Amino acid sequence: MTYSMKNESNILLPDLDIDSIRKDFPILSRLVYNKPLVYLDNAATTQKPQIVIDELVYYYSNVNSNIHRGVHKLSQEATDLYEKARMRVRSFINAKSDKEIIFTRGTTEAINLVAQSFGKISLNEGDEVLISEMEHHSNIVPWQIICQERKANLKVIPMNDDGEIIFEEFLKLLNPKVKIVSIVHISNSLGTINPIKEIIIEAHKQNIPVMIDAAQSVQHVPIDVKELDCDFLAFSGHKIYGPTGIGVLYGKEKYLNAMPPYQGGGDMIKTVSFEKTIYNDLPYKFEAGTPNIAGALGLAKAIEYLTGIGLEKIAAYEEDLLNYATETLSQIEDLRIIGTAKRKASVLAFDLKEIHPHDIGTMLDIDGVAVRTGQHCTEPVMKHYCLPATTRASFSFYNTKEEVNVLAQSIIKVIKMFS
Amino acid sequence: MNELQELYQQVILDHNKNPRNFGEIHNCNHHAAGHNPLCGDQIEVFLSVEEATGLITDVKFKGAGCAISKASASIMTTLLKGKPIEEAKKLFDSFHEIVTSDPNSETDVMNLGKLAVFCGVREFPARVKCASLAWHTMLNALENPEIVTSNDEEKGNG
Repeated sequence: MTYSMKNESNILLPDLDIDSIRKDFPILSRLVYNKPLVYLDNAATTQKPQIVIDELVYYYSNVNSNIHRGVHKLSQEATDLYEKARMRVRSFINAKSDKEIIFTRGTTEAINLVAQSFGKISLNEGDEVLISEMEHHSNIVPWQIICQERKANLKVIPMNDDGEIIFEEFLKLLNPKVKIVSIVHISNSLGTINPIKEIIIEAHKQNIPVMIDAAQSVQHVPIDVKELDCDFLAFSGHKIYGPTGIGVLYGKEKYLNAMPPYQGGGDMIKTVSFEKTIYNDLPYKFEAGTPNIAGALGLAKAIEYLTGIGLEKIAAYEEDLLNYATETLSQIEDLRIIGTAKRKASVLAFDLKEIHPHDIGTMLDIDGVAVRTGQHCTEPVMKHYCLPATTRASFSFYNTKEEVNVLAQSIIKVIKMFS
Repeated sequence: MNELQELYQQVILDHNKNPRNFGEIHNCNHHAAGHNPLCGDQIEVFLSVEEATGLITDVKFKGAGCAISKASASIMTTLLKGKPIEEAKKLFDSFHEIVTSDPNSETDVMNLGKLAVFCGVREFPARVKCASLAWHTMLNALENPEIVTSNDEEKGNG
């Protein structure tokens, strides 16, 4: 992983041509309230490069048809492109086989799939599912639902006030009743990078499979599922510069084979009669109905774009930007950064004492600065810090230090207005 | 900056900093709690209503929220004290009209009195809920003595 590439001096900084990168994203040149858009809500969704937009237009203009069905030329082409997109995803996360790559609507659907399908065959009364205190609601609620169904218990690894998992507590929670650990790689509300490699090693010592919520990490740090040895991993297309409505579930073949289908329908079957249906092979068993074909193509294009630049370079640039933003914002009196883990990525959440995040968000918006305010779908994290909400700036490699300065100036203006 | 100045007028900033009628009425006869599940804003409204005359003799609020929601609650309490229930309901309608009407429509600011400071809210659909939480909660308190309000039906999302 590249976040160890500390830049002590600028010499080690990668030579990313940010001006030219910014030109790849048409939306970045628009104005908001007559101010240049400063888009710092990348943890919510990322902007799309022109080649991703073009890919969608190309597909619908030239190829559009249903896959795995028709004998006609268009259907064949669409099927080829869709399967090539799967291969692109497979090689991006270095999975062993295309069978391990299932297209979903997004991270949420991928987690629901595992919770429902894996949960059904593995959870019995009194069993446990282990998550952490910093999970997004999408890695809490699906497990609550299946735990209730199977009379299993949801257990939570606590975090400290820096927003780091307390590893000793995690070790204490591991026991034979735990049937799966599902944990976020990078926290969307705190930016914490969790030690997933160590978590996987410890869980595997007790033969417990581990699911990684990589929604906030695949776009920031290189991921190799073979090297990590995770059992499941999920991410969303729209947070990695691709379209909305497409996501990926990676799962080890041995688990996916053992799991029952999540949804029934076309494409996921081999033969159907009213007496008996034979399910299709992987990965189709888990892709019922016509999938988001254009979305898969757009996602593959986004991955091609990112790997063209190089995730190592992106990670190093974003780390430098986060460090600069942390330093700059730390100098603002009354500003408290929420989430101060030693290993962080790309997210800077803060609190301005008496000033409510919604007021901050509206005021920054008028300066063209788009940030997220609220609970970030992580109510337990807000509860940990006794805060009703926070303001969150989240960075991408197309953001600049100048934009961080605009953010800082705008925050200072807010403080003055409310003083 | 104009929109912002209109949204955060001095009156609003002042009421946010020094909210009027902040606190509880222990022996009130109308009370409701309201919350906005999207942003976590919470408010409680307490009203003492003279049963014979229908006059609101006292009104207080407490809770946590943004400047818009706090100022809105504070200004609301100053308007309601001493008014009959019927007038409180009319004020609710006027307020609702102000924050949800088309930003381009002509508004007769002169007749709005203190409520005129909320004209800026309609420029920010995401903030309509913040401004109206206290008013919905008040209405609920008057209509049902004990209730928790969630203003999900209001347009806007935050």
